[in-house]
Amino acid sequence: MIWNEAKECMSRDELADLQSKRLVKVVNRVYHNVEYYRKKMQAVGIEPGDIQGIEDLDKLPYTTKDDLRDTYPFGLFAAPQSEIVRIHASSGTTGKATVVGYTRKDIDTWAECVARALTMAGVTRGDTIQVAYGYGLFTGGLGAHYGAEHLGATVVPMSTGNTKKLTTMMIDFGVTAIACTPSYLLHIAETLEANGDIPNIKLKAAICGAEPWTEQMRLQIEDKLHISAHDIYGLSEIMGPGVACDCKYHKGLHVFEDHFLPEIIDPETLKPIGAGQTGELVFTTLTKEGLPLIRYRTKDLTSISYDKCECGRTLARISRFKGRSDDMLIIRGVNVFPSQVEAALLEMGGTTPHYMMIVDRVNNLDTLEVQVEVEERFFSDEIKELENLTKKIAHAIQQAIGLAVKVKLVEPKSIERSMGKAVHVIDKRKLV
Amino acid sequence: MKQLSVFLENREGRLEDVLNLLKEENINIISLSLADTSDYGMLRLLVSDPEKGKKALRENGFSATISDIVAVTLPHKVGGLQQVLHTLYHAGINVEYMYALCTTTDEAAIAIKPSDLEKAQKVLEDAGAHFFSEKDMFL
Ligand SMILES: [Zn+2]
Repeated sequence: MIWNEAKECMSRDELADLQSKRLVKVVNRVYHNVEYYRKKMQAVGIEPGDIQGIEDLDKLPYTTKDDLRDTYPFGLFAAPQSEIVRIHASSGTTGKATVVGYTRKDIDTWAECVARALTMAGVTRGDTIQVAYGYGLFTGGLGAHYGAEHLGATVVPMSTGNTKKLTTMMIDFGVTAIACTPSYLLHIAETLEANGDIPNIKLKAAICGAEPWTEQMRLQIEDKLHISAHDIYGLSEIMGPGVACDCKYHKGLHVFEDHFLPEIIDPETLKPIGAGQTGELVFTTLTKEGLPLIRYRTKDLTSISYDKCECGRTLARISRFKGRSDDMLIIRGVNVFPSQVEAALLEMGGTTPHYMMIVDRVNNLDTLEVQVEVEERFFSDEIKELENLTKKIAHAIQQAIGLAVKVKLVEPKSIERSMGKAVHVIDKRKLV
Repeated sequence: MKQLSVFLENREGRLEDVLNLLKEENINIISLSLADTSDYGMLRLLVSDPEKGKKALRENGFSATISDIVAVTLPHKVGGLQQVLHTLYHAGINVEYMYALCTTTDEAAIAIKPSDLEKAQKVLEDAGAHFFSEKDMFL
């Protein structure tokens, strides 16, 4: 099944025409409505008239998360507040959140894209879907919710946190589809398995995203639950979940190119590179009104293929992600930067103590431990004081990143010093 | 009295590393106590030269500090320790931690870290307690 055959299967030439028209429009929009973009374009001597179509794309400057930070909170919005109907936010590289805004049309576009993704997973209006992403500032919950409603499925807005309630309702309501992070779905699968409840569920499909996972993990989920599991990709800056998704052939994620124009660039030289080669994924939003972004660097590393897929879609496919070109971690669906942990430690006073973040996956749930060296100035001969210190550090980090963390005090100089760039993360999850 | 405290990760051989270091510095250990949590331990030592010990430990990457404690001797009779604690409690002083220091045929000694050191020394003195000091150890 294809939700929007006219768009998802259009010829590459027709698509290029549509993309060109939309690109011209969005460039005009940001030039006239966003002072920051106007200045950025003027700085490189570009006017809207210089952009006639997608062949002129590489004349435009890139946008990065830093631009969003510099214009916090609404400086890149291209629509007045009266037209903005929704705000979402995710963590930024430093204390400030990355804020995104949507007009009513943006919300509709988003729902359309999620509906396409759900359809790729075989979900129809005859299905009952549990949305088990967090609802709130995070785009996962509401994004999947609106898409599933747009599709016409029956939506059960579970959010996260109560696995027992989720599995009970999954059985009692005859739930046939679920949207959540892949690690949470594995956790759910193991809970069902432990209770001998696998035969009692009617689940047939899952769309999972918001964190990196492996093909092996996808197959494991399919095998355990006897379902079809799909990888949905998105980032709040561009839209949220629903920028790309894989069809039943699982040979890459189809990008909804009529809304999001992808490029792959070399993160060092910043030059576009050819199809099939791995580089950094860059998106230009073609239809966004609230927060249109021009050549936004996602920092996600992947490659792209323009070959027609067996499913009939002509939309380009990006391969499973091969990592990131920055140090961002995704832990339980939450974006975490070591710099946030560092800033929290700095608030403890003085200089930052040496620290190491250990990310692991225990029983399919991500865990974060932060090891902090006990320097003289923190040291006390009373365990009570050290425990207070541990709690204080954990609280500060938790406030900064929005995730529960275990803090472990370690001896001075016990954390390995690297010769070059400081290493502050050990990721034991083996996701790539 | 001066007590030397060392932070120890719960890793194999760390305690021995400390003891080895003190031996090399020719520092005599009179008494020690080890308090532990699931992640780390706190080694508290009464030694012949705490300053020298601290310096050596720090130079070798340990977190070490010196703190003041009171040590009192207790004759071997029922209720001796209770009497000391009662005196402190009565004066509104908390015991952060304590441990046995040494025992001879006549008496025992305990080390106490009170919440208020000066006050503790004064009330114990007023109550007629006998303090144990460095010179008692190395005679
Ligand atoms: Zn396909």
